[in-house]
Amino acid sequence: MFNKEFEAMPLPKMRELQRERLKWSLTHAYANVPHYKKSFDAAGFNPDTFKTLDDLRRVPFLTKQDMRASYPFGLFAVPLDKVARVHSSSGTTGNATVVGYTTGDVGVFAEVVARCLAMYGATEKDVIQVAYGYGLFTGGLGLHYGSEKLGALTVPIGGGNTERQLMLIKDFGTTMIACTPSYALNIADYLEKKRPDYDIRKTKLRAGIFGAEPWSEQMRREIESRLGIEAYDIYGLSEVIGPGVSGECSQKSGLHVFEDHFYVEIIDPDTGEVLPEGSKGEIVYTSLTKEACPVIRYRSRDITRLYYDGCACGRTLVKMEKVTGRSDDMLIIRGVNVFPSQIESVLMETEGVEPHYQIIVDRKGALDDIEVKVEVTEKIFSDELKVLEALSRRIADRFRSVLGISAKVTLVEPLAIPRSEGKAVRVIDKRTI
Amino acid sequence: MNVTQLSIFLENKPGHLQNALKVLSDKKINILTLTIAEAADFGIVRMIVTDAAGAAAALRDQHFTCSTTDVLAIEIEDVPGALLKALESFRKQNLNIEYMYAFTEKRGGRAVMIFRFDDIELAKKALQTEGYNILKKIDIIGA
Repeated sequence: MFNKEFEAMPLPKMRELQRERLKWSLTHAYANVPHYKKSFDAAGFNPDTFKTLDDLRRVPFLTKQDMRASYPFGLFAVPLDKVARVHSSSGTTGNATVVGYTTGDVGVFAEVVARCLAMYGATEKDVIQVAYGYGLFTGGLGLHYGSEKLGALTVPIGGGNTERQLMLIKDFGTTMIACTPSYALNIADYLEKKRPDYDIRKTKLRAGIFGAEPWSEQMRREIESRLGIEAYDIYGLSEVIGPGVSGECSQKSGLHVFEDHFYVEIIDPDTGEVLPEGSKGEIVYTSLTKEACPVIRYRSRDITRLYYDGCACGRTLVKMEKVTGRSDDMLIIRGVNVFPSQIESVLMETEGVEPHYQIIVDRKGALDDIEVKVEVTEKIFSDELKVLEALSRRIADRFRSVLGISAKVTLVEPLAIPRSEGKAVRVIDKRTI
Repeated sequence: MNVTQLSIFLENKPGHLQNALKVLSDKKINILTLTIAEAADFGIVRMIVTDAAGAAAALRDQHFTCSTTDVLAIEIEDVPGALLKALESFRKQNLNIEYMYAFTEKRGGRAVMIFRFDDIELAKKALQTEGYNILKKIDIIGA
């Protein structure tokens, strides 16, 4: 265990620690962030009246919309000169959320990622290849700092360039790779098709740290058997801190949430009521130690359940089930968050395109594949092929530049998209998660 | 003076052309010639029919996307090299052909071809200068 004091803390002590830290966090948010002052006041909640953990139920939620409305720095609780770093969730301006970190927050971020790595069995003897994207996305830098904090040899290669990834795995003696699970399968495909001579089992690679998109047990088995490694889940969201909110231990039976930094509740996504222990529902996060960007009851939209029944690994931290669903319509495609509304606005901006569209997400081979079907109306129809081909290319280009995803645009006949009760079915997710 | 072409948007899938042709058949509309331009997932069927406006209305009624465009029907000799010669005169006039297709039947020993140009009026003027016979709708479809 990287930090036994907190990871194996007796439960009563942990609850007391959470209570104290929660009180601090609520007071900090209320005093320094106008949004919280306003929303707490409107709900008639004053942090001074906070006594027990259950009192948190009286505190209003923070939503993704609230965060977007505060773009860029509206939810910061410290002056900018105290902010050491920012990250941003993927998405367009207007849809992006920005989070800030003080030096202290950066330290906590590194600490929780280091704990995850230790859970997967990593030590300072390991060589960890960080193949997440570096930049505003929390994946690359998050894993990087965590790996350094652990004392492992950190290889900041970043995403993509499979041939180079393979070269470094061999030359540097990489023992662990951190990337999205779909990229791991992409590597497996690449090895099969292009490098049958490269025997990944003869390298030192023994584990993968996979996150940033939902993935299933089936995918785990596939990655493990095809790459000959152990595949571990790391979970997080930039709004809360980034990867390292929770991670799997060697038991692979749920992800331990670092409760000394994040307080979790499960609610009914429709009513907002806190559900009894063990129920499946939406997980809600409250940061306990974050200075720059406290989040109070942030509605993640991720559906999961919590297990409080202890773990063979010796940690007392609550476990959350692997997240496989969301309570809203956000799609995570190759690690990029995409909302159907963004796809719609790209189409609307394209001259003459009426919003009769359908998004089909599938997993073709290893990668998520997105197809957008657009009904061809007379406004955009032409007797010339090149005009229609240019149109679908233009739409695809817009998806790439605005949403950061490459989508196949397919032109279809009117009414080709099935309507249920007059309303088109906008999203078909064929991925078996 | 121009000939009206009917164009229909169709997905590149079995049965879709059939569905469109059924609409024309039901309206007793005859197809004089047709051509299909195909992309990976869709195609455009272009045709000269006995009643382009009636066909378009019937197709729209059945939720097809279609349009009508003016094209030129031109008589050329039915001998080796005649099309080549025609193309040479188009080039001289700096006319770009978007697409073209032919009628299967001859008209008085001569071939009839349909040409789609960027600017139909400019093309018409140029072709008349070159001495081509541009057929009228009535010549092709009949009264």
